[in-house]
Amino acid sequence: MRYLICIKQTPDTAELPKVKPEEAASGRLSVQLVVNPWDEHALEGGIRMMETYGGEASAITVGGEDAIERLRSALAMGCKDATLVKDTTADAWGVATLLAAAVRKMGNVTYVITGQMTVDGNSGTLPVALGRALGWPVLTGVARVVSADEKGITVERIVGQARHTVTAPAPAVLAVVKEIGEPRYPTFINIRKAARAEIPVWTPADLGVKVPVPVVHMSDFRKPPAREAKVVLFNGTPDEAAQALLDALLAEKVL
Amino acid sequence: MKTLVFIETDSGVAVGSSWEALGKALSLGGEVEALVIGHAVEAVAAEAGARGATKVYRIDDPSRALFDLELYTEDVKAVLAETNADALLASHTGNGRDLAAAVGFDLGVGVIADCLELKAEDGKLVGTRPIYSGNILVDVRVDGRPQIATLRPRAAAPAPVTGATAPIVDVAPAAAKARVQVQAVERAETGEISLTDASIIVSGGRGVAKDPDLGFKLIRELAQVLGAAVGASRAAVDAGFIPYKYQVGQTGKVVRPDLYIACGISGAVQHLAGMGSSKVIVAINKDAEAPIFSVANYGIVGDLFEIVPALTRAAKAKLNR
Repeated sequence: MRYLICIKQTPDTAELPKVKPEEAASGRLSVQLVVNPWDEHALEGGIRMMETYGGEASAITVGGEDAIERLRSALAMGCKDATLVKDTTADAWGVATLLAAAVRKMGNVTYVITGQMTVDGNSGTLPVALGRALGWPVLTGVARVVSADEKGITVERIVGQARHTVTAPAPAVLAVVKEIGEPRYPTFINIRKAARAEIPVWTPADLGVKVPVPVVHMSDFRKPPAREAKVVLFNGTPDEAAQALLDALLAEKVL
Repeated sequence: MKTLVFIETDSGVAVGSSWEALGKALSLGGEVEALVIGHAVEAVAAEAGARGATKVYRIDDPSRALFDLELYTEDVKAVLAETNADALLASHTGNGRDLAAAVGFDLGVGVIADCLELKAEDGKLVGTRPIYSGNILVDVRVDGRPQIATLRPRAAAPAPVTGATAPIVDVAPAAAKARVQVQAVERAETGEISLTDASIIVSGGRGVAKDPDLGFKLIRELAQVLGAAVGASRAAVDAGFIPYKYQVGQTGKVVRPDLYIACGISGAVQHLAGMGSSKVIVAINKDAEAPIFSVANYGIVGDLFEIVPALTRAAKAKLNR
């Protein structure tokens, strides 16, 4: 079995507030970039599947040459190989099209694993688009893999407030949430391997596809209105402070 | 402009935020139709009419009792073809998000996902949505027809119930075979309020560490008196104090209640990404320097183990609960 884990390069969590509107608009960010935090869980999930059910975990990303560093992080965590699809022009549907073409070129992928969403784009629509592009079933909100083999998979999904146990035939796309597992730390040996690894770079032409023309257009990038910064503090005994707070909340009409 | 609104159901009951999508569609003007898919959804279809849809398409079948992405996608595409709507709207629940993405990708049209605001401009939709985890706002337009958008829960008022009735058009379920089989469903406890739909949330963080069980018991008691949902910070979830489904923040749920009461939560960037757009934020924390106080409207510097029960007592007395 082969597990293909799709990752994206995004700003580090702590750096998100520093992203400037003009940087978001151009895509040229000056902040520290890392593996999208949701995708770290996808890497953990895929590597655990490899350890539990056998086979190979591979990583892939769509991006510029600088995204190769993120693929090295995936190798350092334990992926056996990694591939860069070089493109910086595609929107979500375009990325899904490119990834689907890469999956077809590989030919032996049993499960595609993604994080449920990215901390930059936030829409959470890519996993489904990728599944549609491949014609594979898609399971989103995956919190636990119960069992998996070449024929199919059983997982637990978070669906609203409920938890569903579902089965799907292979091949399939899984979008995972944090509960799938905390990302492991890279080992020294894997870091050394990752640093030396050859990472193939595929262009859309190598994949035999044209990058679809973007259908989503964003404009007027701006900072959200700042919260009024000053906090009203209540003092006194716990009961006095609680009473004063309650009165303030009733006056605000939020209770 | 004619808008078709997807009304999500669960066990024959409408998912509440679907009515917000209907309310937003009505505010766009033009014709508004609803599509109800599920099993035993007669009452939901009637309610869609009572809430202002001028026509209700209904697909009522045992095979549709639970959301199935592939089957529902075929259903929606078939109804879109029949009604020839200019726009498709859904609530950005997990299922609504997945459905919009599948329909959009299949039809080659873009999706304006997770909007906070939505308006119509020359027969096209313009959505405003947060990106970079709430740190940037952007206006989004998409190519193609129908225009597809999903609305973040609690971003719009639900369509009010009026005395109206609307014709209900029964549509046969699309002839597709389900590949995903649901083996078991574990539902939330009865009465548990969904974080994304909650108007009040009481959340706990690392501050409960000295006695996590007692800490979250006190938080639950306050939540119950206030009719609130219970939330938690990543620190509390990672420490194993409470399950992941309660996590608010970047790798958890994004919420926007009227009132967010953060108990023993420091206010890390990743938590703020999940609750920063709450209307009123209350911080209860021993550490007066905690970053949560810089986004809070009201605060009490003190021990949550003393303050939270005091607040519960005060609320019980004042609200007669």
